This record gives sequence, structure tokens and C-alpha cells, in this order.
Amino acid sequence: MSVVLEQIFQVGFLAAIIRIATPLAFATLGEMFSERAGVLNLGIEGIMLLSAMTGFTATSLSGSLWLGVLAAVLTGALMGAVHALFTVALGLSQHVCGIGVTLFSSGLAYFLYRLIFGQQSVPPSIKSFETLPIPVLSDIPVLGPAVFNQFSLVYMAMAAVPLAAFVLYRTPWGLSVRMVGENPRAADSAGVGVIATRFQAVILGGALMGLAGAFLSMVQFNAFTFGLVSGRGWVAIALVVFGRWDPWRSAGAALLFAFVDALQLRMQASGLGHIPYEAFLMLPFIFTIVAMAVMSRNAVAPSALLKPFRREER
Amino acid sequence: MFRLEARTSTPAWFNLALPLLAIGATLVLCSGLIALAGAGVIEAYGVMFAASLGDSYAITETLVRATPMIFTGLAVAVAFRAKFWNIGAEGQLLAGAVASCAVGAIPMPGPLAMLLMALAGAAAGAAVALIPATLRVKFKVDDVVSSLLLNSVIFYALMALIEGPWKDSFSGYPISPPIEDSANFPVLLEGTRLHLGVVAAFVAAPVIWFLIARTTLGFRIRVIGENPEAARYGGIHVERVLISTALLSGALAGLAGVSEVGGVHFQVMSDISPGYGYSGIVVAMLARLNPLGVMPAALFLAAVMTGAEAMSRATGVPAFLSDVIQGTALLAMLVALLFTAYRIRRVGAA
Repeated sequence: MSVVLEQIFQVGFLAAIIRIATPLAFATLGEMFSERAGVLNLGIEGIMLLSAMTGFTATSLSGSLWLGVLAAVLTGALMGAVHALFTVALGLSQHVCGIGVTLFSSGLAYFLYRLIFGQQSVPPSIKSFETLPIPVLSDIPVLGPAVFNQFSLVYMAMAAVPLAAFVLYRTPWGLSVRMVGENPRAADSAGVGVIATRFQAVILGGALMGLAGAFLSMVQFNAFTFGLVSGRGWVAIALVVFGRWDPWRSAGAALLFAFVDALQLRMQASGLGHIPYEAFLMLPFIFTIVAMAVMSRNAVAPSALLKPFRREER
Repeated sequence: MFRLEARTSTPAWFNLALPLLAIGATLVLCSGLIALAGAGVIEAYGVMFAASLGDSYAITETLVRATPMIFTGLAVAVAFRAKFWNIGAEGQLLAGAVASCAVGAIPMPGPLAMLLMALAGAAAGAAVALIPATLRVKFKVDDVVSSLLLNSVIFYALMALIEGPWKDSFSGYPISPPIEDSANFPVLLEGTRLHLGVVAAFVAAPVIWFLIARTTLGFRIRVIGENPEAARYGGIHVERVLISTALLSGALAGLAGVSEVGGVHFQVMSDISPGYGYSGIVVAMLARLNPLGVMPAALFLAAVMTGAEAMSRATGVPAFLSDVIQGTALLAMLVALLFTAYRIRRVGAA
């Protein structure tokens, strides 16, 4: 136990948690916005991968990191719009469309990457962001260098959580999002454009998934690899449920997952692990499935999730 | 003026026309990518066709590739008919592969081994599918998310096995020990990989069609999918039928894993399925959830996959085109299905 505690209070360990949590936080917030508006986006896994690819490519070709981030965000938003076109405008089944978007985007990401970079024995990489220490705060012992000497995208994720909560709970648009996710019929009667609001939420969600992808290929790995996302999109789906569709709780769930993940990496590296590391990796999924069974009695999921809205149908 | 109006029934030829329309649209859309890669569209598709259906060996390879997707396609078709949203065929396939591999490694007479492998694999797949079905029936848990998340659980369980107790102690590779030679499915055509599992898949499809179209259970599955309230009113135990559907669906997906272990790989590795469970969704949708349609739909995807490699070698177009085609085909089919719900009618000049 003391070994575990020792590990936790290391700067490197804390920093690792933050870095693992960052893409998950973006992805989870993205999925949350989409689901709060009543649209499940199973395209997340593929959208993250495609955005990671376009972001990496844009940076690699232009030399500008922020241009890469922009490309990733635009890719995510575009794929969000595609998903919304199918599920919101055409009212097609959300889960099947989501799988379609994931298959399409992952295929396209691999295809374009191979087309642009060819088959190389050493995958091309980019020079990533430098860490950006925040004056004063980064001097706090342990916590400072771990939390306040990070990449700008990490700070963006930290800011995104309160911002998402503010937008969702304190702005008229956030209210519209929650209304069209809970009771689109009533929202429509109240003059809220259901279709438009859902489109906006899914597109915003896609943009956030794009940021998650950008972080993976441009900060965490500095390269685009074929198993880059490897289920992180599905993790985000689980974290949204586990975080009860709330920005703060979802981000907390992402941190918790990152903690467990960082811990299992450490235990693996230090040869302490008698428990196979896969046991840790499957935990969030098992927890979420159990949590869904427990929570189902209080019905916390957006009521109109998975239900298309057609004005003329009563 | 044109107007969209709701349709109450669809003519029978739609079942054939819509998938063909979707596939045609897909091939047209994806030809843009071929052109982008600087290759001739006709040439690329031509090579693809020749390498997957051009000669008898190519055809057997395509059949072998189609087999797991026929099983997962049937699994998804059966489940979706009952509106049991089984997105978990991938995990159920992996569970079936692991179970059949464990059984196949036990020395025993070949035919017995194959029978027990099939039973174990089907049972493992069914057991996995039972989880989301039970959660839905008992706790009203959404089956889309629970069945999807189980895929990751099963995948990590498989990884734990092949990186732990099953790890090849000789090479150190994360692959399971091979099954007994006697348990390898017999090859039906000398010099090819055409194995017994292929035949099993092409027998399973009509059997499942008969089950859905002509038996009481099939009738119940269709009714609870189309109108659960009416089913309940008519005295059908909806929950029980849902559980039966899940067991059947999971067993079919499990058989996909059995067939890959017994007929193709003879052991289990992390990439034993390149997403056949998800491809099953594409197959089932292209087939309009008709078990007989699953066969040509799976053959189409298999031909694309088999042909893509050769196309890549001949023209330099990345073989990942086959993944794009799969995703596009699914989305195109969903859009094509709108024609079953609506029709465009010409309204007199307004």
C-alpha cells in the first residue's frame, strides 16, 4: 500500500493522470453535449481517429501546430454534421448511423494517411507542443509542476469543463439543448428549433471529439498510428453514462479512469502487477454497465435519447 | 411540385433494388478516392473483381472471408428483427473463439471435438448476449450501450488470456496454443482454404430464415419487434422472447468465432476478428434483416475485402478503401431505406 501511495504523490504520476484524462475529457464532453440533445453518437471512435489524422497531417505539412488543431476541430465538427444529417435531419436510427460513421471515418483516416505518407518503416512524427508553465502556480510543490506545467491543450481541457457546465446550465442555448433532449415536443411548442438545436449540439460535440483526436496524435504520441484511438471513444461513451450526463461528473469520471490507467501502467512498469493489466482496463466498462443497472431506477438519461423528432408525427 | 408522403407498404422488388442502389452509390462515391489516389477507377474495380471473383481459387477465398460475416450478419439480423439492439456481435464472436479454442485444445476424436467446439462457442456467445438482454428486461438498461461496452470487456479478457496463461511460452508471442490437428475443420477442396465452417454458414442462413419466417418463435420475434404492445396483448411473453432472441443471436455470433478458430486460424490472437462483428451490422442492414439476404450481402463485403489487397498491389490505391466502402455502404443503405418509409409523389402544378 505504501508503495502505491508513494507512486501517487510523484510529479510524474500526477502529470500522467492529467495527460491521460485530457483527451478523455474532451471526448466525454463532446459525447455529453450530443446526448443531452438526444443524439447518441457512436461515431465518436472514428471521428477521433479521423481528426487525429487530419490534425497530424495539417501540422506535418504546414509546420504549424495550431493549424493542425484547427484542422482536427473542423474535421470533428464536419463529421458531427454528417452524423446529425443522418440522425437528426433524416431521422435514421442513431446507433446504426453511429457505427456507420465510425466505420467510414476510421477507414477514411487510414486510407488518406497511407495515401499521403505512404508505407514507411519509421512512422513520420512531428515536433509537439512545448509545455507552458503558469507563473506562480507552477511553483507549488508536487501539484505545481504536475498540473500547471502542462500543454496548452491540457489547460483548454481544464477550462472546457466549467465552460461546458456554464453553457449547459446557465445559457439559453444550454436550456434549449436540455429541452430538445428531454422533451422535444414541448421544446417545439415553446418555439425552440429542435432540429437546429440538435444539429448545433452534435456539431459542437464533434468539434470536441476532434480536439480529443488532436491531443492524441499531436501531444500524446506526436505521430499517427493505427491503434491510436484504440477504444478511447468507447471509453468516453461509458464515462458519459457513468458521469450521469453532467459535465462535472463526466470529467470526474475521466479523471478517475485516468488515475486507474496511470496506476496500472506504473504497476506494470515496476513489475508489481500480479493482476493482469487488462483487468484494470476493463474496469470502467464493467463499472458503467453495473452503474446503468443501478441508475436505471432514477432515469437520469435524457428522455429523448435515441428518439428522432419528426414534427408532423404525433 | 414534388411531395414526400408516408408509405404504408413497399413492393417486394425493393428488397433487391435498395441494396443494389446503396452498393451502386457506394461504388460511385468511393471512385472519388480511387481517382484521388491517381488510379483508374474502372481498372481498380476491375482488379478488385478479378481478385475476388475472377477464378475458382479467388472465389473460395471470398467464401472463406464471407463465412464469419454470414454468422455475425445473421446474429444482427435476428436481434434487430426483435428490436434487440445487439451491437455486441464483436464481443460474442471473440467469446465464441476463446471457448472453441479451449475445447479444441483437448485431445479427442476429431468429429467430437468439432461438435463440442461449436457447442462451446455458441454457448459462450449466447452467454455474453444474455447480459445486455437480461439488463434490459430486468433493469430497463439500454441495450445499445451495454452490448457495445461488453465488446471492450471481452476483448480485454481475451488479451488477459493470451498475454497470461495462454501465452506461447516458446515464442513469447501473445497467441494461444493451437487446437489439436484432429480438431482442424476439414478442407473441402484440395489446395484451397474452403473449410467445413463455410458450408455450415451457408446451411445456417436458410435454417435461420425458416426459423424466422415459418416457426412460432420466429413469429414472436417479428411481432415483439414490430409491435410489443400488441404482442403483449396477444399473450406473448415479450421478455421471454427477447431473451430467446438474445441467446440465438449471441450463439450465431459465437459460431463466427468457432469457424475462424476451427477453419482459418486454429488458435486465438488479438486480431482474430478485424471487426467482423461490426461488419455484421453492415451485412444485416444490406440484407434488410432477411437471413437469406445475409449471404449475398456478406459475399459482397468479403469480395471487397479480398479484392482490396490485390487492387492495392496492382494500382497503389491503399487497401483501406475496403473499410471506407463498408462504412459508406452502411450509410448509403440507411438513406436508401428512407424509400421504404416515404415516397416522392408528383403533385399537380400548384
